[in-house]
Amino acid sequence: MEKIPTRIAYGQALAELGEENDRVVVIDADISKITGTHFFARKFPERFFNVGIAEQNEMGIAAGMATTGKIVFASTYAVFASMRACEQVRTFIAHTRSNVKIAASHGGLTGTTDGVTHQGTEDMGIMRTIPDMTIIMPADAIATRKIVRELAEHQGPAYLRLTKIPMPIIYDEETDIQIGRAVQLRDGDDVTIIAIGDMVIRALEAADLLDNNGIRARVLDMHTLKPVDKGAVIKAAEQTGAIVTVEDHNILNGLGSAVAEVIVENRPVPMERIGLRDTFAESGEYEELLEKYGLNTRHITEAARKAMGRKL
Amino acid sequence: MKGQKTETKVDSALIERLEQKAKAIRADIVKMIHKAGEGHPGGSLSAADIVTALYFHFMRIDPENPDWEDRDRFIMSKGHACPVWYSALTELGFYPRSALDTLRKLGSPFQGHPDMSISPGVDMSAGSLGHGLSIGVGMALMGKLDKRDYTVYVLLGDGELNEGQVWEAAMCAAKYHLDNLVAIVDYNRLQIDGPTDKVMPLDPLGDKWRAFNWRVFEIDGNDMTQVVEAIEAARKRRGLPSVIIANTLKGKGVSYMEGQVDWHGGKVIDDSLLEIALNDIQGGE
Repeated sequence: MEKIPTRIAYGQALAELGEENDRVVVIDADISKITGTHFFARKFPERFFNVGIAEQNEMGIAAGMATTGKIVFASTYAVFASMRACEQVRTFIAHTRSNVKIAASHGGLTGTTDGVTHQGTEDMGIMRTIPDMTIIMPADAIATRKIVRELAEHQGPAYLRLTKIPMPIIYDEETDIQIGRAVQLRDGDDVTIIAIGDMVIRALEAADLLDNNGIRARVLDMHTLKPVDKGAVIKAAEQTGAIVTVEDHNILNGLGSAVAEVIVENRPVPMERIGLRDTFAESGEYEELLEKYGLNTRHITEAARKAMGRKL
Repeated sequence: MKGQKTETKVDSALIERLEQKAKAIRADIVKMIHKAGEGHPGGSLSAADIVTALYFHFMRIDPENPDWEDRDRFIMSKGHACPVWYSALTELGFYPRSALDTLRKLGSPFQGHPDMSISPGVDMSAGSLGHGLSIGVGMALMGKLDKRDYTVYVLLGDGELNEGQVWEAAMCAAKYHLDNLVAIVDYNRLQIDGPTDKVMPLDPLGDKWRAFNWRVFEIDGNDMTQVVEAIEAARKRRGLPSVIIANTLKGKGVSYMEGQVDWHGGKVIDDSLLEIALNDIQGGE
């Protein structure tokens, strides 16, 4: 299976977008070779700005650029975008409803061996509490390319979470991927597994294992965390009666929280959440980290059985 | 005036007109804050001459078309001093005079700190300190990219220079040779907890900016002739960003506020204090 880090797919998509749309400008903080923005920089040096290792300045500049009608893509790592520059993002990008797309690599444990300083495991939760912020984590390179195009048309602030490590391709070019619309990857009526980003492939693997045991799991790719696709969640609750959420993120205020909020207010059903159990991780290989912190395929199948067992 | 040489000879009629306008602005500031019951008069009054010179002489703007793409931009990075900005925008016709009575009230275009999303003429929100210069860099970069000849003016407080982001932005502006960017430091030497010299010394301030490769103009920021000369010189395109270090007096124009840190904000201008303030402003130089 072909594998591409979504940060690289993002960079390639930007370079394509730059050709079609001269309103696109890109800003980076000395990690363009890693965030993928170097593809754009090479083609459009006059529309690429490297501000050095200064993420707060980067986000402020992005807000200023956006006032002139530009579509600004601002890249850094998830930890820095959401925390080091958090207030810049909140007050000067979100409150001003600026057309700035914050592209954050090293989302979740994909920061792997770099350790906690480079693993953005609280970023989506922080972004989710900011009004008007759209939050997206695509599952693979194809979804990333499609989402980058969608973002160019989308008006207002957005946070695009990307992976450091290569992700298997699960989509084909024909798949329709739109902001705010969950993609149903498997149908089933025993339980629904709702996953985001790098966890979508794990959810698919879990669904296959469950299927081998006669359990039909629906799988939803909830690539847009905010606004969450309420309709798809309510339908899953109604039709499958049990839900498991899976996210490479702290268990607080991410996908599990968003889905729980929808079901408690609309259609309460048993639910289990997979994610970091309110802890920091550590350096390690991706597979090792998923296993140690309870985010692996087998954890998902266990959670699915548990949720199903709690059905009334 | 120290630092870079200015070449302009300023017309005395212009200076007199701007001085009169600055008095009107100062009177509006104290009236607004009196009516609101709170606000920040000290730093509004210290910056009144700078804002007056910008808005009533230099800036290319159109109250009928606040989003005009070629307009000069103004960022009030020291957002708490917004009464001076609101006064200027009202004088120019962006708002009816009745709006001045609504400062800090629910539903007002005159928020406690400026909000671009609801206030025409406000090019960028402000209030949290240390951000404005970065935003100005973004606007100036796009001015260069789009080959528009607007100038971006950023008014900085002295206290906010404590924020590291200001210096990130200063470094970046020089990297990109943003000679369409003019920063003005309202150096009134008082911040909330006391004199800047005690809270966090800034001197030698001109040398700091020079070390970041900026053109530096050091002036008396409450002397209209020097203000006009400095802005005239700073806005010339010379391949580098410019900063005007405007040495000012906090509370300038109101006897009981001048040099008094307590009038930064948080004190009420009652009816009798308002009367004294208006008399001081009308009688002042």
